[in-house]
Amino acid sequence: MSGIPHDHYEPKSDWEKGLHNRLPIIGLLYDTLMIPTPKNLNWMWIWGIVLTFCLALQIVTGIVLVMHYTPHVDLAFASIEHIMRNVEGGHMIRYLHMNGASLFFVAVYAHIFRGLYYGSYKAPREVTWIIGMLIYLLMMGTAFMGYVLPWGQMSFWGATVITGLFGAIPFVGEAIQTWLLGGPAVDNATLNRFFSLHYLMPFLIAGLVVVHIWAFHTTGNNNPTGVEVRRTSKEDAEKDTLPFWPYFVIKDLFALAVILVVFFAIVGFMPNYLGHPDNYIEANPLATPAHIVPEWYFLPFYAILRAFTPDVWLVMFVTWITGGIVTAKFFGVIAMFGAIAVMALAPWLDTSSVRSGRYRPMFKWWFGLLVFDFFVLMWVGAMPAEGIYPIIALIGSIYWFAYFLVLLPLLGVIETPDAQPENIEADFAAKHSKHVDGGSAGSTQPAE
Amino acid sequence: MSTAEDHHDPERRDFLYYATAGAGAVTAGAVVWPLVNQMNPSADVRALSELRQDIEMEPGEQIRVLWQGKPVFIRRRTEEEINSARDVPVGDLQDPDARNGNDYGAPATDANRSFGENDEYVLFMGVCTHLGCVPVGAGEGDFGGWFCPCHGSHYDMAGRIRRGPAPENLHIPEFDFEEGVVVLKKQYKP
Repeated sequence: MSGIPHDHYEPKSDWEKGLHNRLPIIGLLYDTLMIPTPKNLNWMWIWGIVLTFCLALQIVTGIVLVMHYTPHVDLAFASIEHIMRNVEGGHMIRYLHMNGASLFFVAVYAHIFRGLYYGSYKAPREVTWIIGMLIYLLMMGTAFMGYVLPWGQMSFWGATVITGLFGAIPFVGEAIQTWLLGGPAVDNATLNRFFSLHYLMPFLIAGLVVVHIWAFHTTGNNNPTGVEVRRTSKEDAEKDTLPFWPYFVIKDLFALAVILVVFFAIVGFMPNYLGHPDNYIEANPLATPAHIVPEWYFLPFYAILRAFTPDVWLVMFVTWITGGIVTAKFFGVIAMFGAIAVMALAPWLDTSSVRSGRYRPMFKWWFGLLVFDFFVLMWVGAMPAEGIYPIIALIGSIYWFAYFLVLLPLLGVIETPDAQPENIEADFAAKHSKHVDGGSAGSTQPAE
Repeated sequence: MSTAEDHHDPERRDFLYYATAGAGAVTAGAVVWPLVNQMNPSADVRALSELRQDIEMEPGEQIRVLWQGKPVFIRRRTEEEINSARDVPVGDLQDPDARNGNDYGAPATDANRSFGENDEYVLFMGVCTHLGCVPVGAGEGDFGGWFCPCHGSHYDMAGRIRRGPAPENLHIPEFDFEEGVVVLKKQYKP
């Protein structure tokens, strides 16, 4: 692969040479695994491995669950109970799959906010960022459809509310909704197609993950300083980097092990903590649960969806200017998808020449507020749409858009960035010596 | 550089080019359309789009039936219930439209939302016009009719929205009524 200069695979034995001339697969794997990686990567660079693990976990447990699951409105709910009660170890496999989705989203949000803080989305890594956003959208689609499969009350009513969003599209909305559902309401046709797509989409994600990795292996990893690895010579590059194997693989696997301790504690001791009890009641089109709430990982965007009610002046203005075509409901749908779209456009909205937030004194605070805003929206999304909550949701939604559409373009112009280190080696050395100084008084720096 | 014009027979080459591209476009369309169309409602789902329902019952009784995957409420109201709905002036209503699929645009009087002898019967979708939850009732909420527990919409004895976030009265689908039987035909679509 192009990019940072480094040693390439050299076949040694005749057998290796023979294979390499016919199919250079070992070389491809070697170069992928030995890619020069900035040696100052911090613990926020472990989420890639966690995400890869999650995808593998979900595919393996999912394939196994399908051996016992029946996608039919009369049998789906019972087949889940069959998995939980009768299938050997079935409850564990299902709880892993259920909570695996949550771990997947914890990791993806950490990964995305890491990218937003350290400017990983900026040139030349825009393609990596856009592919990442596509993966995130596919993940949301997969998770949503997967949640419908147990055919509980939340499955059914969640599907009704979310597919109802498409009905809000002017003129063609209802036709699209009927087409998506395969009938006038969520029913067997809907369950069957969601099952089919839920099985398909993880493999699309896997394909995009390969492209995602390919893209950042071409540009090289970003790092906490945002300063590029020197490419002037192999010697210079080696001062800034270490090979991915074994240095970063072992570090990442260690982090994964720590995360999995927490994960298995949740799977083992509180597997339903993140779920809703209503989903253990079979779907009933004649009765609605008192409070329909999506899974936690959708809550921030659910809050944005609900924030734009008909009494918000912006909504009233847009409704008036479009002659009633854009209703409050449709406005909410646009806002929800727009919230992700503006994030995807970050590479072109951010005008700062400095990549890492570490050297951007003003950006730091606004970014911190964005993270806080994300959690506020998550909290308010779970609350009923009454009293003070809609106002909080509206303020939170406006800040989300303001960050991407106003602050990112503006900060690059008005902010004076701090001095950046000359190269990664200098940053690493500075941190290393500080670490030694801060240690026990008697310690001396080892001779190099 | 070699272009089509350099060859002996540019027209023949162009023909091959356009014929192949045309055949490709037709094939792509022929492949894509069935793949899209198969997701539309299937014949059995479409066949169930009409529903015949016997509505012989005593005053104060109510039935809930599932039609097109959604609940329909049919109630034979008591004298008292009818009066409670009739006494409301249309000017007091949140939504002055009857939302009646049999009579689009009619004002939301009780007579325009009921049927049968002495306007005894009411029939509407049990789908809250706010976010599609199923209201509970009758005899619930502050107006003695239906009440949606999701976000607190109160409906009266004619299924009209009286308080809460729902924007419209409960929708009445298009239906026929004769000799104690209703035939549900089409959803309310303004």
